[in-house]
Amino acid sequence: MILSRRVRWLLAGTTVLILAFMYLPLLVVVANSFNPNQAMTWPPDGFTLEWWQRAAQSEGARDAVLTSVRVALIATGVALVLGTLLSLALQRFEFFGKSSVNLLVILPIALPGIVTGIALNNAFTGILDVQLSIFTLVVAHATFCIVTVFNNVQARLRRTGSSLEEASADLGAGVWTTFRLVTFPQLRSALLAGGLLAFALSFDEIIVTTFTVGAGTTTLPIWILSNLFRPNQAPVVNVVAVVLIIVSIVPIWLAQRLSGDTDGRR
Amino acid sequence: MTSPSTTVATPARAGVATRPFSSFLSRHPRLRLTFLLSAPLLWLVLIYVVALAALLVTALWTTDAFTGEIQRTWSLDNIRTVLTESLYRTVTLRTLGVAAAVTVIDLLLALPIAFFMSKVASPRARRMLVVAVLTPLWASYLVKAFAWRSLLSTGGLVEWVAEPFGIQTPGYGLVALVITMSYIWLPYVILPIYAGFERVPDSLLEASGDLGGSAGQTIRHVVMPMLVPAIIAGSIFSFSLTLGDYIAVNIVGGTNQMLGNLVYTNVGAANNLPLAAAIALIPITIMIVFLAAVKRTGALENL
Repeated sequence: MILSRRVRWLLAGTTVLILAFMYLPLLVVVANSFNPNQAMTWPPDGFTLEWWQRAAQSEGARDAVLTSVRVALIATGVALVLGTLLSLALQRFEFFGKSSVNLLVILPIALPGIVTGIALNNAFTGILDVQLSIFTLVVAHATFCIVTVFNNVQARLRRTGSSLEEASADLGAGVWTTFRLVTFPQLRSALLAGGLLAFALSFDEIIVTTFTVGAGTTTLPIWILSNLFRPNQAPVVNVVAVVLIIVSIVPIWLAQRLSGDTDGRR
Repeated sequence: MTSPSTTVATPARAGVATRPFSSFLSRHPRLRLTFLLSAPLLWLVLIYVVALAALLVTALWTTDAFTGEIQRTWSLDNIRTVLTESLYRTVTLRTLGVAAAVTVIDLLLALPIAFFMSKVASPRARRMLVVAVLTPLWASYLVKAFAWRSLLSTGGLVEWVAEPFGIQTPGYGLVALVITMSYIWLPYVILPIYAGFERVPDSLLEASGDLGGSAGQTIRHVVMPMLVPAIIAGSIFSFSLTLGDYIAVNIVGGTNQMLGNLVYTNVGAANNLPLAAAIALIPITIMIVFLAAVKRTGALENL
C-alpha cells in the first residue's frame, strides 16, 4: 500500500503514544515499589528498598506464585490437548453441528467471568457435591483456556492447508505418524503462542477463581486481592507485580523468536 | 523440510502392516472424527453446558425469606423481579454503556497500533512491538486496576500532570472505570486485530496500490472486509470482560454498581443464588444476542 511519509510518521507517533499509555501505569507501579509513602502519592517522597526486602521474605507471596504456576501449567496442558483435538476436528472435517461446537468452545470466554464462576460453583457444590479444591480450580481454568489454544491452532491449520497431510497419507504414513511428523511440527509455534496466552489467562484469573477455589488454596490474584487494601502490604504487592513483569519478558521473547523463525521460512 | 520426508517413508510403510489400528483409522474418517471430538466435547458438555443449564434452572427457584434455604419450587418471581424493577434496568444500561465505551476506545487504539505493527514496522521492530504489547498482560489485573486507583487519586500522577493546565482528575467513577477497563483489556484487543492484519497479504495491498487505489480506498475495500472477523473477535473480549466485571468497579468505580456487582452481592452477602442466577441471565442474554448478531458475518469461524 502506498503510504505517504507523513502518514507513516503519524502512525509511528500514534503507536508511541499508545505504548506510553500502556507503560505509564506500569512505571508508576515500579516507582511505587520504591516509594516510602504507603499512600502512593505522586511524586514519590524518596527511595526505599524496604518493600523489596519484605517481598523477598514474604512466604505468602511465594506460595501463592507457586500455586498459580502449578494451576496454570496443568490447565494449559489440558487446554493444549483438548484445544488441538477440537481444532483438528473442526478444520479438517465437515459434520453436522459444526457451528454449535464452535460456539461451545468460545462460550466459556465469551460469557462474562462471573457467569462462568457462579455456574461452575453451583455445578460443583450444588449438583456434583464436590468439595472445592485445587482440582475444581484447574477444571474451571482449563475450560476457559481451551479457546485460546483452539484459536491459534485453527488459524495455523487454515493457513497451512491439508496437502502435506494428504501427501503423507498417500505415502503410507499412519494417522499417528502423520500427526507426529507432519502436522505437529507445523503447529508447534501456534501451540506455543496459544499455550502462553492460556497460561497468562489462567495465571491472572480472579473472578472465576474466587468461585471455584477451595478454602485453603491461595493463588496469586487471591493473595493480591487480600493484600491490596492493607496499607502496609500494598507496596509489597507492587514489588511482586514488578518481578512478574520482568520475569514474563523471557518466555514472551522466546515464543516470539520461535514463531518469528517459522514465519521467516514460510 | 526435505530431510524428514525421506526418513519417514520406510517406517511408515512398515507401519501399515504392523499398526492395523492406525490404518483402520485412516480408512474411516468418521471414526477419526469421533476420536478427535469425543474428549473435548465430553469435557465442555459435562462441565460447562450442564453448569449453565443448572444455572438457568436455579433462576426459577426461590429462597425462603427467613431461612435463606433454596426452595425447589418453580416460580418466575426472580425473572419478573429482574425484568420489572427499575434498579436492574438502570444497572443494565449503565453496564452496557461502559462495555460499549470500553470496546470502542479499545478498537480506536488497537487499529492504528496493530496496523503499524503488521504493515509498516520492519520485521525486527515488529517482533519488539509484539513483546511490548504482550508484556503488560502479565502484570496482574488487580495491580493494573490499583495502579489506576493511585494514578487518579487526589495527590496522584494525573492530578500532578493536569493541575498546571487547570484540569482536574476525574476521581473515582464511571470515567475512571472506562479508562481502567480500556487499559486492562487493550492487549486482548490488539492481539487478534494484529493477527487479522497479518492475514491480509501484502501482495493484495500492492495490487490495490498498483491499480491506482489510494491508501484510504485500499483500507476501505481491501483491508476492512478481511479484518472484520478480527475486529469482532477483539470486541468479544473487551465487551464480555467488561460486562461481568465487579472487582475493578469496586477499585475505581466509586459508588456505581454494574451487573457483576449485583450478581456478586446476591451470591455472597445476600445469599440468594436464585436471584443471582436470574440477574446473570441479563449478561448471558446480551452476549448471546451479540454472538448471534456477529455469527452471520462468519466471524465466529474466524475468531
